[in-house]
Amino acid sequence: MSTTTEESTLTKKDFVTTNDVRWCPGCGDYAILNAVQRTLPELGVPKEKFVVVSGIGCSSRFPYYMNTYGFHTIHGRAPTVATGVKVANPDLSVWMITGDGDGLSIGANHLLHLLRRNLDINVLLFNNRIYGLTKGQYSPTSEVGKKTKSTPAGSVDYPVNPLLFALGSEATFIARTTDTDQKHMVETFKAAQAHKGTSFVEVFQNCVIFNNKTFDSVTGRDVRNDQVMLLEEGKPLVYGDGGTKGIRLKGLNLETVDLDEGSNTEDLLVHNPKDPNPAYATLLAQMTFPTYPTPLGILRQLEGRETYEDSVVGQIQLAQAEGEGSLQELLTGNNSWIVES
Amino acid sequence: MSPSTDSFEEIESAVVRFAGDSGDGMQTVGERFTDSSAFAGNDIATLPDFPAEIRAPAGTLAGVSGFQLQFGSRKILTPGDEPDALVAMNPAALKANIDDLPEGGMLVVNVDSFKKMNLSKAGYEKSPLEDEDFRKKYHLIELDLTSLTKEALKDSPLKPSDKARCKNFFALGFMYYVYGRPLEPTLKFFNEKWGERLPDLADANSTALRAGFNLGDTMETARNRYQVSKAPVQAGVYRKIAGNEALVYGLVAGAKQANRELLYAGYPITPASPILEGLSALKKFGVKTLQAEDEIAAMGMAIGASFAGDLSVVATSGPGMCLKSEFIGLASITELPVVIVDVQRGGPSTGLPTKTEQSDLLQSLYARHGDCPLPVLAAHSPSDCFDCAIEASRIALTYMTPVILLSDLYVANGAEPWKIPNVSELPEIKIKFADPNQELVVYKRDPQTLARTQAIPGQAGLEHRIGGLEKSEDGGVSYDPENHEKMTYLRAEKINCIAKSYEPISVQGEKSGKLLVIGWGGTYGAISSATKILQDEGFSVSSLHLRHLNPLPNDLESLLSSFEKVIVPELNLGQLSTILKAKYLCDIVSCNKVQGKPFKVAELREEFVKHLSAN
Repeated sequence: MSTTTEESTLTKKDFVTTNDVRWCPGCGDYAILNAVQRTLPELGVPKEKFVVVSGIGCSSRFPYYMNTYGFHTIHGRAPTVATGVKVANPDLSVWMITGDGDGLSIGANHLLHLLRRNLDINVLLFNNRIYGLTKGQYSPTSEVGKKTKSTPAGSVDYPVNPLLFALGSEATFIARTTDTDQKHMVETFKAAQAHKGTSFVEVFQNCVIFNNKTFDSVTGRDVRNDQVMLLEEGKPLVYGDGGTKGIRLKGLNLETVDLDEGSNTEDLLVHNPKDPNPAYATLLAQMTFPTYPTPLGILRQLEGRETYEDSVVGQIQLAQAEGEGSLQELLTGNNSWIVES
Repeated sequence: MSPSTDSFEEIESAVVRFAGDSGDGMQTVGERFTDSSAFAGNDIATLPDFPAEIRAPAGTLAGVSGFQLQFGSRKILTPGDEPDALVAMNPAALKANIDDLPEGGMLVVNVDSFKKMNLSKAGYEKSPLEDEDFRKKYHLIELDLTSLTKEALKDSPLKPSDKARCKNFFALGFMYYVYGRPLEPTLKFFNEKWGERLPDLADANSTALRAGFNLGDTMETARNRYQVSKAPVQAGVYRKIAGNEALVYGLVAGAKQANRELLYAGYPITPASPILEGLSALKKFGVKTLQAEDEIAAMGMAIGASFAGDLSVVATSGPGMCLKSEFIGLASITELPVVIVDVQRGGPSTGLPTKTEQSDLLQSLYARHGDCPLPVLAAHSPSDCFDCAIEASRIALTYMTPVILLSDLYVANGAEPWKIPNVSELPEIKIKFADPNQELVVYKRDPQTLARTQAIPGQAGLEHRIGGLEKSEDGGVSYDPENHEKMTYLRAEKINCIAKSYEPISVQGEKSGKLLVIGWGGTYGAISSATKILQDEGFSVSSLHLRHLNPLPNDLESLLSSFEKVIVPELNLGQLSTILKAKYLCDIVSCNKVQGKPFKVAELREEFVKHLSAN
């Protein structure tokens, strides 16, 4: 997103509605809501320009809790409504909220097309790897073998990797953050807004009732230093307490290396989200627990591809360069004839 | 090269059908004949009839494409029941169409294509042209179209195979001679279409057309020439218009009259695609067109654009309507204006994708979950699509509701002369957005229309949320049982209110009598013609063609009780008659046809007579 106007005096409070927030106590969605409400006042965008569009699911109740224009649509179809809003008025800052079921199961088709069209929309996909609102069936991001109410013997579905999905759709901005890190969420959401084009952000989100602690092995307080790798542009890929480990290329694969005191970090990969070749971001997207640390941050950020709405408006402006069409001439056409009285 | 009139037989109207392979250019010659007849001042109605396959194997029955038109010096409301003249470009075209040609009808055949292989592909063991009875039955004109065309084009630089493809225009030229049609509009068409880009092709087609015309002049068998005088029509400027084309213009006009930007989202589907294509060419009018990833997405994009303040439109056909259902429910509960066009075709499922039917009425009225009534209207002729598009826009914006506008393949692809309206006389649609200086109550309603006020994103102070969950008047989510009942009633009552804004219904004939015929959509021409014939014969019969199918006009009930009998002809199994019976508890006779073809005037006349004669 790149809608910027003069400095505003908005605060988080301006984005809070009087509605009771009805997520389960302890749900990760509260943290994400808080981060979004902290992000929006800092973007320099007037409040009335924000539109929050969602599908169906726990995450998709989000618009009701944001004091902006909002549209809670139907299951999986938020990308289409968001597209209509943005093309009708490209001046609006459109934020789309979806979940792993909404965005990657029933609505995966629409998400694919939103990403490839590159509308200037921010997509936040809350991934809790479970269907929460329908009370606990496995989702398209649940791991194989997952035992849920609908899979008592374990899920046999191979899961979707949201980041690979976005890469396959050639999204121009792909990032990941977690509901356990307010600062990182706010930074990531701001970067998403700053990007001109569709920004896809996967947010690890804990479902306290049906899939509690699903990300604890990665983002839990006690392990995150060892299991999370924060991506920073221009910096080598390091992780571990104080940067004790790094990532380098071995053939066409990644390997982890222990960095002893004073050891050579020159052969470590340096993070470049702007690499036009998707191979690097693909390697990052495939890094999974327990073999690799889990990368958080901006994996890919490509600039220069025109947004869909700019192209649509551009064609109209070009056609109207010499004035708008005359309806009377259109109706009359080239082959009219006159009947005398 | 205007034909002389010395040897003409004056006739009131004529029906001509061109038939050939789907690659033979039959639609093109049909359209040219239509233009030429319009130029000559006749009234016209057309019926393009083509297969679902773009190019089925050449020479087979599956690949036969046809175009029928009727032109006349009187009011022409249908493309005619049966042809007076049939042009058959090959044996398959002959076989597929000959049963419709009455005895004595003119039959023009391209004998060059009556070779063993083609005869066998069409299922003929031997050529019907060798059969003496067959030859006597029709006024047969055998032309070596392929070789005559090649001969006429011997000086053209085109490749031999391209020369042969000009034979459709040779045949057209011949038919122009027979019916005394002017060549000018067609020559102008060649020049505009190919003059700059492919001048050799433009020249070849012009030469073939003239050669066909001149052949008629020199042929003994073509000496029966006909003259169809100008139709007595109201003075004004006219053009030819097809249904989908008129719909496109009506949508642009609707947006202009409402002072809204027009956004159209669509997914390619027969027979609605020309609407997407037509609007895509109108960027000069600020029209935004989005080709969506599927039918559902198109509806979602339209709803999003509507939320943001555009006049949004989708067009599809039956199967696409099925896919849009859930989203239409969302547009209903969020009370957002969207014009939803359904150009009906034969169903269910893929059904008969290139044939006409009127079987989506019940789907349009009811195919949503929850109590979700919506306004439904239907266009009755190609030019009526223009007026209906404006009317659908008016209803959508005035009453803050999705509106379903039914067209059908027959109306969409058919063409007729149209008296071009004066833009300054079009109705205005004055709907204001919410005032940012007043506190917004999302579902507060206008006391007259029961419509809520629309507040569009971008306006400070009007921030609000809408969505699929039931809301209370202030816009908050409400699970209160009584609130849900109240809102359900209010939404239904709002739709009922629309009937108060209709013009009084217009009856063809007396407002009471023995038989009332009620129709809707594309059957207008056949019903009107059959009714007129019977009225002229002295029968007590009137007809009414409904534009508004929901809510039905308030003055309909009393009209129903003013006739001894009511008959409802429909190209379905009786959908409107079911509605009328349920709503008015009256006896209705259904008259149904589901062959993918329009009603013939004669079959309706016969049916009406049966009920008029019965006691």
